Amino acid sequence: MEEFFDPLALARWQFGLTTLYHFIFVPLTIGMALMAAIMQTAWYRTKDVKYLRLTRLFGKIFLINFAMGVVTGIVQEFQFGMNWSEYSRFVGDVFGAPLAIEGLAAFFLEATFIGLWIFGWDKLPRLAHLLSIWMVFFASAMSAYFILAANAFMQNPVGYTMNAERGRAELTSLWEVLSNPVVLAAFPHTILAAIMFAATVMIAVAAWHLRRNQHIETMRTALKAGLWTNVLAFMGVGLSGDQLSLAMVDAQPMKMAAAEGLYETTNAASFSIFTLGTPDGASELFSIRIPHLLSLLSTHTMNGEVEGINNLQAQYVSQFGPGDYSPIIWITYWAFRWMIGLGVFSALVSLVMLWMTRAKAPQRSALVQDRLWRVLIWTAPLPMVASLVGWLFTEMGRQPWIVFGLMKTEAAVSPNVAGWQVALSLAAFTAIYGSLAVVEFKLIRKAAQEGPPEISQGEDDNAEPDSLAIVY
Amino acid sequence: MDIEQIWFALVAFFFIGYFVLDGFDFGVGMALPLLGRDDTDRRVMINTIGPVWDLNETWVIVAGAVLFAAFPEWYASLFSGFYLPLLLILLALILRGVSFEYRHQRREPQWAARFDLMIIIGSFLPAFLWGVAFANIVRGVPMDADHQVSISLFGLLNPYGLLGGITLVLLCLVHGMIFIALKTEGEIRARARAMILRFMLPTIAVAATFLFWTVLMHIQVPHLVWIIALAGLAAASLIAAGLLSLRGREGFAFTAMALTIAAAVATLFVSLFPNVMPSTTTPAGTLTIVNASSSEYTLGVMLWVALITTPLVIGYQAWTYWVFRRRLSRDHIPAAAH
Repeated sequence: MEEFFDPLALARWQFGLTTLYHFIFVPLTIGMALMAAIMQTAWYRTKDVKYLRLTRLFGKIFLINFAMGVVTGIVQEFQFGMNWSEYSRFVGDVFGAPLAIEGLAAFFLEATFIGLWIFGWDKLPRLAHLLSIWMVFFASAMSAYFILAANAFMQNPVGYTMNAERGRAELTSLWEVLSNPVVLAAFPHTILAAIMFAATVMIAVAAWHLRRNQHIETMRTALKAGLWTNVLAFMGVGLSGDQLSLAMVDAQPMKMAAAEGLYETTNAASFSIFTLGTPDGASELFSIRIPHLLSLLSTHTMNGEVEGINNLQAQYVSQFGPGDYSPIIWITYWAFRWMIGLGVFSALVSLVMLWMTRAKAPQRSALVQDRLWRVLIWTAPLPMVASLVGWLFTEMGRQPWIVFGLMKTEAAVSPNVAGWQVALSLAAFTAIYGSLAVVEFKLIRKAAQEGPPEISQGEDDNAEPDSLAIVY
Repeated sequence: MDIEQIWFALVAFFFIGYFVLDGFDFGVGMALPLLGRDDTDRRVMINTIGPVWDLNETWVIVAGAVLFAAFPEWYASLFSGFYLPLLLILLALILRGVSFEYRHQRREPQWAARFDLMIIIGSFLPAFLWGVAFANIVRGVPMDADHQVSISLFGLLNPYGLLGGITLVLLCLVHGMIFIALKTEGEIRARARAMILRFMLPTIAVAATFLFWTVLMHIQVPHLVWIIALAGLAAASLIAAGLLSLRGREGFAFTAMALTIAAAVATLFVSLFPNVMPSTTTPAGTLTIVNASSSEYTLGVMLWVALITTPLVIGYQAWTYWVFRRRLSRDHIPAAAH
């Protein structure tokens, strides 16, 4: 049994699977909270009922999605202790602090105000109710900051000292952990990507209804708001991604080398958009390259030196002892490209559609118009997939380390949890997450297709107080 | 008072908060088949905890994170050592949480019935398994000098562990039914009041046995008097909750029941002190508030964070309960909502 189930491999699969799954819902929660908050603010200021209808519609999608984010989040926190107990012992003194702050300062706030917002339509004054949804967005963004700060410590350990006697890392400066250059770039990168996903979902819902010529005025508003949000958020994602690259080259040059599959240290390094070659990337048959781009990304100079995998490997062997210090190259190489490619493509679709739906746009044939709507519907998941692939890149690119330079992943796993137990939990999570994903997707699609509730102007004031208070 | 002692008290505080608050959520879930005659009844019951179950459940996330930050060795030994029960708790909480959101999304009776079942199981299992887990922490588990726990799921289901699980299930169930009596009006309220009285005596008997056993296990502990005082407080307030329910004083009964759970959980924590997880195999394996804790710096800076945030947390959560203070009844449930 023990040989059949490798606890380390299974624990890694489980962490990867549950984390990526969690991160389907989290971005939508963060982004949808912002969308609902903006719509409700527009309603509060203009009293135009179409904004209230949109708030209700996207609030409902937000709600279906939210429970999933909460319950899969508990798994994330418990998993550190359950499957990675040696990691928890080693970094708990440092890593536990941002996690605890996240709970105390952000989760409580988010969970409380979400209840107030959902159930409080008729119980709170309008302004207090509006502020509730803003609090939800603010709190969820804050929780993202603290968990990203914890993750940043794994990428770029700062603000700690090694206690040899207790064999662990200890916190010396909470401020340094919270102002890690990696989190300063990763936070806007992640949040804005989350907003892109919420924007494309909003665009897809609007396109679905516009394709059927229903709720036209309301949905045109949603479409415009979504398209602009996606384009603007993408610009932020790009800028912060550039900052994140610089921080990464500083802290983990191996990850950038692995992102390009660059084996030899190179000046004026080019960036390949596409490569055919051996799976490990050691030799290439064909590639399309943009000169200087990798140097530009890594150093912000045209001819800057980018360290190669072989040089870094030799350097790490002399520093940390024998071993393989490079991640799986084909994963980092392709994950990096898919992340960027899908994000760019999503923003381009939105940009083109902004042009196509401008006020002076010429009349198009029904067939072309239909195609356009369908493109918008089917491209909705792109920012989500880009985010997931981005996490795959960040976490796989850090291997073999769990905390860069301090602890290897293989040393972090719980020694007292048998392989069959991890196999059991992995199977259980896969089965439950899989079936819930189907239910979740169907419910969100149903809510989206039902469209915004009919509310006539003037009827919006506490029309049905009791039915509003009963949500479940 | 040492800072480790303060943090031990804070960890206890967050777990007490979790069991007092999510305790009545579990109770409402378990009471669905006992008090709900039809779908409308069950919707009334679920809506009593609608605005608050999520924030109540957040207490366990915070308790876990606080444990991780303040006592990483305790967190690591406990969570890896109790792998399967925690897995079951996680799965139950997942199914329960999504069921609240999903059950009303479609009108077919089978749809709601399926999610009702998940709410019932998802409320019972965590209450039972947390009871088993905490009883075993107090009892001690096989743990080597590296603080690696080795105990099977069935090893945890020893008589004391089982009794701990049953005690917490019954306390939560009564707590939840008192909450329903407090938050509803009409038939459901009347049924809840009758059912509380039927469950009160068995609950008192089971809880008193568990508390007495706990006291007996710690007869040689220097601070025994504190253990006895807290166990006595738990028993007395449980009886008071029964008497107050009998007289229809639901608000006071709920307060007494909250005090019961708080005192019972506190009894377990005080029994542990100054250990956090005793080893039954070697004294060197025992985790204490000193060898399990984080560094002075971490405990110090996090104490500031806790002192600033906790009063705010209590404040806005209390306000939420105030906003949603109104009783619910069948008349509030719209016939064809959604």
